[in-house]
Amino acid sequence: MDLALSVTKRSGLNSRQIQDAAFRTATRLFAFGVLILLGGVVVALAAGARPAFEKFGWYFLVSDAWNPVKDNFGALPAIYGTIVTSAIAMLVGIPLAFGIAVFLTELCEPHLRRPIGTLIELLAAIPSIIYGIWGLFVVAPVLQHTVQPALIQILGPLPIIGALFAGPPFGLGMLTAGVILGFMVLPFIASVTRDVFLTVPPMLRESAYGVGATTSEVIRHIVLPYTRVGVIGGIMLGLGRALGETMAVTFVIGNAHRIKASLLAPGTTISATLANEFTEAVSDMYTASLFALGFILFVITFIVLAAAKLMLLRLDQRAAK
Amino acid sequence: MTLYQRRRAGNVVALTLSWVATGIGLLILFLVLWTLLRNGLPALGSDLFTKPTPPPGGRGGIGNAIYGSVVMTAVATLVGTPVGVLTGTYLAEFGRGSRIAPVVRFVNDILLSAPSIIIGLFVYELMVVRMGHFSAWAGSVALAIIVVPVVVRTTEDMLMLVPGSLREAAIALGAPQWKVIVSVIYRAALQGMLTGVMLAVARIAGETAPLLFTAFNNQFWSTNMNGPMANLPYVIFQFALSPYADWQVLAWGGAMLITLAILMLNIVARLLTSWSNRTL
Repeated sequence: MDLALSVTKRSGLNSRQIQDAAFRTATRLFAFGVLILLGGVVVALAAGARPAFEKFGWYFLVSDAWNPVKDNFGALPAIYGTIVTSAIAMLVGIPLAFGIAVFLTELCEPHLRRPIGTLIELLAAIPSIIYGIWGLFVVAPVLQHTVQPALIQILGPLPIIGALFAGPPFGLGMLTAGVILGFMVLPFIASVTRDVFLTVPPMLRESAYGVGATTSEVIRHIVLPYTRVGVIGGIMLGLGRALGETMAVTFVIGNAHRIKASLLAPGTTISATLANEFTEAVSDMYTASLFALGFILFVITFIVLAAAKLMLLRLDQRAAK
Repeated sequence: MTLYQRRRAGNVVALTLSWVATGIGLLILFLVLWTLLRNGLPALGSDLFTKPTPPPGGRGGIGNAIYGSVVMTAVATLVGTPVGVLTGTYLAEFGRGSRIAPVVRFVNDILLSAPSIIIGLFVYELMVVRMGHFSAWAGSVALAIIVVPVVVRTTEDMLMLVPGSLREAAIALGAPQWKVIVSVIYRAALQGMLTGVMLAVARIAGETAPLLFTAFNNQFWSTNMNGPMANLPYVIFQFALSPYADWQVLAWGGAMLITLAILMLNIVARLLTSWSNRTL
């Protein structure tokens, strides 16, 4: 009797342990799945890109050829366009995002903080393609008829800078794509910046006000030095987004595989090239070259996003101390 | 000007710029919405929802694209959510002190912001090349891959918010750990996890880039998951860039529908979070 009881007890315990172990293993398997997913992406892109890298080698990175008829491809115009549009996006997005973060943490009435913060975050929810269609039909004409002629007239005659604003105002081109991208990454940078601004201990802020500092001085001398790593992390996060953003850019970049000094000229980016040409690529080398572009984009964004993540992690660790 | 006046003036300038920046941010949101409503409302009508995409000059709607988007979003959510929830559970409940958890968290955060067109390329190589044709399955898988990191992130965050005393109480009653998690912790975090799923749906509903090389597009009303299927983002892309006025009207109609749906999802998700934070 005693024996039977202890046996059932033990088997009950065992099946419970088995159930627990099974559940834990299942969750761990899926967690590994996330790692495998990333590995799979790298392997698949590399496999697809191999013929192009084998044929062109490192020259692929610096060649500006894009000739589907002769099967001769190079990544430079697309890489150049990706970097230039992202740089413009940062010039547009960072000051706006920074201003919004300052407004939300320092100036805004407390009961308006949440609604206004939410509205800004909703900007991030609007799909890329909507920014594209809006950029094409609303922003591009405005830039073409008012902003670009003014830029050409005022900055065009200047030495060096003038080359950036040479040529006719197309409306579609690097500048328009960069501006739209700037609007798109603004909410990402703004919300990270606001969050890291809020990690500044109130004591620091209040002491600065106590010795008579103005709000802008508190931000420049107290808040910014304290949160520098986090702010840069937020900016890198926005940059990672801008580099890989596809549809909005595809609508307004103009799709030209050329490197022009002028920001007003049409160009292309890696993602826009993929979106436009992938389903139309007829030869195997064409497809492989597009895969190679995708691989390059993945490597660039991975580095930027990883750096952003590490910076934000460092801030978290400091906050935890 | 005295130093004091200069500092005051500098402060006023800086703060005014900050006001202006916020104004510009809000203005962009309202301009986008206003443009969508102004151009999209004329497209509204029963045809928009019930008729398939027309040839140029013909009458029609975007019913097939709405259907395709809903189906692929649903399949992607059904596939991606369990994967995300289990991974998030691992990170929050079992990953403490393990060496693999920080790596998974890091990789997940990178996948969260990785360019979606790369996911499209990956699924193209994985499924489309092997199957030999575009398919709605491939599109759903591409979208599911985007769902996973969003759900992982919110699940982990929400499980971490559940007080440890709740876990301890359940374990003290003799419940096995999996039961504690499934019937106590999940229940406590349900609203937050639901929010995560809604945000994931909102995210993929408008994704275009991963569908370009996977689900592709279909001019006809197709319910075959094994073939190319129409979807709203692709139709908006194709019709907006076309020279035909009636196609462009349909594109605006689709753009308006998709944006309003996504913004609604986001607002409801936020209300859910603030409500659940209050009750916790």
